Amino acid sequence: AGAAGPGGAERYFTRWYKPGTAGGRAGPGRRRGPDSLCALLADVKGRPCEDFCVLQHSNICVITLAEAHPLLQSGKTIKNINYQISANCSRLQNKVSGKSKRGAQFLTELAPLCRISSSDGEEYTIYSCIRGRLIEVNENILSNPALLQEKPSTEGYIAVVLPKFEESKSITQGLLTQKEYEEVLLKRRGSAS
Amino acid sequence: MSSLTEKNRPIVQLLLNTGTCPRCILRFCCVGSQMLYRHPHKDLMKDLQEFLKNSQEEEDTVCLDVADPPCKRIRLEHRAEGAEDLNHNGAVPQLPSAGHGNAARESSAGDVCNVCLGILQDFCEADFVKKVCQKVNSADYQFTSFVFSVSLPPQLSVRERAAWLGVKQQMRNLGLPLPKDDIVQLKEAYKWIIHPQLSEELGVSADGKSLFEVSVVFAHPETDEECRFLATACPDCFKPAKNKQSVFTRMAVIKALEKIKEEDFLKHFPCPPRSPKNLCDALEIQCNNGAVFVAGRYNKYSRNLPQTPWIIDGERKLESSVEELISEHLMAEFKADSFNFSSSGREDVDVRTLGNGRPFAIELVNPRRIHFTTEEMKMLQQAINDSSDKIQVRDLQLVTRSAIGRMKEGEEEKTKTYSALIWTDKAIQREDIAFLDDIKELKLDQKTPLRVLHRRPLAVRCRLIHTMKSEYIDEHHFRLHLKTQAGTYIKEFVHGDFGRTKPNIGSLLNRTADILELDVESVDVDWPPTLAD
Repeated sequence: AGAAGPGGAERYFTRWYKPGTAGGRAGPGRRRGPDSLCALLADVKGRPCEDFCVLQHSNICVITLAEAHPLLQSGKTIKNINYQISANCSRLQNKVSGKSKRGAQFLTELAPLCRISSSDGEEYTIYSCIRGRLIEVNENILSNPALLQEKPSTEGYIAVVLPKFEESKSITQGLLTQKEYEEVLLKRRGSAS
Repeated sequence: MSSLTEKNRPIVQLLLNTGTCPRCILRFCCVGSQMLYRHPHKDLMKDLQEFLKNSQEEEDTVCLDVADPPCKRIRLEHRAEGAEDLNHNGAVPQLPSAGHGNAARESSAGDVCNVCLGILQDFCEADFVKKVCQKVNSADYQFTSFVFSVSLPPQLSVRERAAWLGVKQQMRNLGLPLPKDDIVQLKEAYKWIIHPQLSEELGVSADGKSLFEVSVVFAHPETDEECRFLATACPDCFKPAKNKQSVFTRMAVIKALEKIKEEDFLKHFPCPPRSPKNLCDALEIQCNNGAVFVAGRYNKYSRNLPQTPWIIDGERKLESSVEELISEHLMAEFKADSFNFSSSGREDVDVRTLGNGRPFAIELVNPRRIHFTTEEMKMLQQAINDSSDKIQVRDLQLVTRSAIGRMKEGEEEKTKTYSALIWTDKAIQREDIAFLDDIKELKLDQKTPLRVLHRRPLAVRCRLIHTMKSEYIDEHHFRLHLKTQAGTYIKEFVHGDFGRTKPNIGSLLNRTADILELDVESVDVDWPPTLAD
């Protein structure tokens, strides 16, 4: 169930959305509660939401920034992308082997993938949104951060995650379909006016 | 009986009296004349009795006033009792009284042999041969020779050892030299007797290399427990293997018999072996033909056909498949149990295979029919082609097992050519794509495509695009012909797979590109041989 008409590699993928929470932006030291896993959430007036888009094809999930994400708005310049999410853990050191991707770092929905700072001093944490094995993070955006803003849904992807086969259907339960997400966006605009 | 000599007499005497059949006796005497074994059971029995009588009479005349040799003094006791009366030197063989013309007990003619459990008795007879041939004929196989394989219960090896130890013991007691150990194998003697009979009934000869196998499994439940003592004596020979019903396989038992010492053996097993009450059972008579291989090349004209059946959770996602459309007819004609389909690579559901087509080979398992003339194969090919417009086959022919290796070779080593219909987001002019024609041996780094990543390991593959030729269509479309190394992912080369295939058409043209249609123009393998129409 991809989009109709020409596109690119992403044509064969189903889009799922994880909107940001009402609790505001995640910064260092701020933990998200279990509520963030649930779907429709109200917005706080005036605060932009950090939404993610998960592209799913069969079992594979590609984590990307949704168009509404602050980092993709005009005027934002990316200063730094850091895959070192804690003293002991760098996503760049992830190594997988074999068909079952042994050795992969295991991610929960709330596991941070990377932290991105913009030139205006803001910092954003990108979350996995999906429970599963980390297959790879996109190193191309390290050498070319503009890629993230120019092509967020393809070459500017953040990471590839592989959920457990048994869980592949349930992982999307915590996410919104494209239609549901568009309603969230409408609601936001409504409450903003 | 001219094959038997004086040396054999004590052995014949002992075995005949302890319940061993004439043919096993001949085996123990290392008689190698196949013809002899084929004589009827009754005749052999008579001959043996004659043999013993003659030598006895000679002896009587010669040594009347000499103390009887020990073998004549020992009285006959009931076999069963004797067998239980073991002492640590091994059982003392029990023999009949030394009266004239009383060399063997009459009753042993009708009893089941204590060594072969009837295999060299009833299972050599015409009745059994008929039974086997009936099974073969009713199974309706086409064959020009046969191999007859027989599975014997492991306790036969144990009993043979026991009987042989008894023979050796007897020879020792008589102060005679120990006989040679190379007795005729039971299976070999059995085949000497039964092969000619089977050949005659079936009308073809036995051949060890034949692809048509008739197999019989013999069992003797009455004595199944007889191997058990070996497990305590040689535990490391009997490791429980998964999927095996019994740990006491023939190989394991033979291994244990090689290891176990004579004294230990005699402690646990009656020597001579007891006479069984029943014959062996012939459990299964099965027929099997060796696999037959059919090769050819297929074209695929549908953009909606998978190569193999596409079934998820028991539900078929797309009707039919290349494999089924081809093998359906072959299965019916060859009357096989099942098939295994392989090809030199494969294409996606939505990709056509044009040109000479893709080489494939089908293994037909246990076919009933195996002979097809070139004409018949041509007709089979026509039948397949008439049945569907989604695929067509050519060069359909019988090949050998080496076909499968050729498939693999073709998949991994040979170049392929493709034709791709490409879309670009930003407009293009002819000049914008002309340079593609000049690029030779373009090196790609392809990470495992996302669309197959769930079932393949993550890796980077270096592949070569040997040549390209572009055909401008309009501002957003062009056709690209490419010749590539085996194993190149074409779709990913066009759309870039999220930047994970580098370079790609998008990066080369500095645009976003997508692939709308893909055709395989040729698979550059010159196998199977092209057939003249």
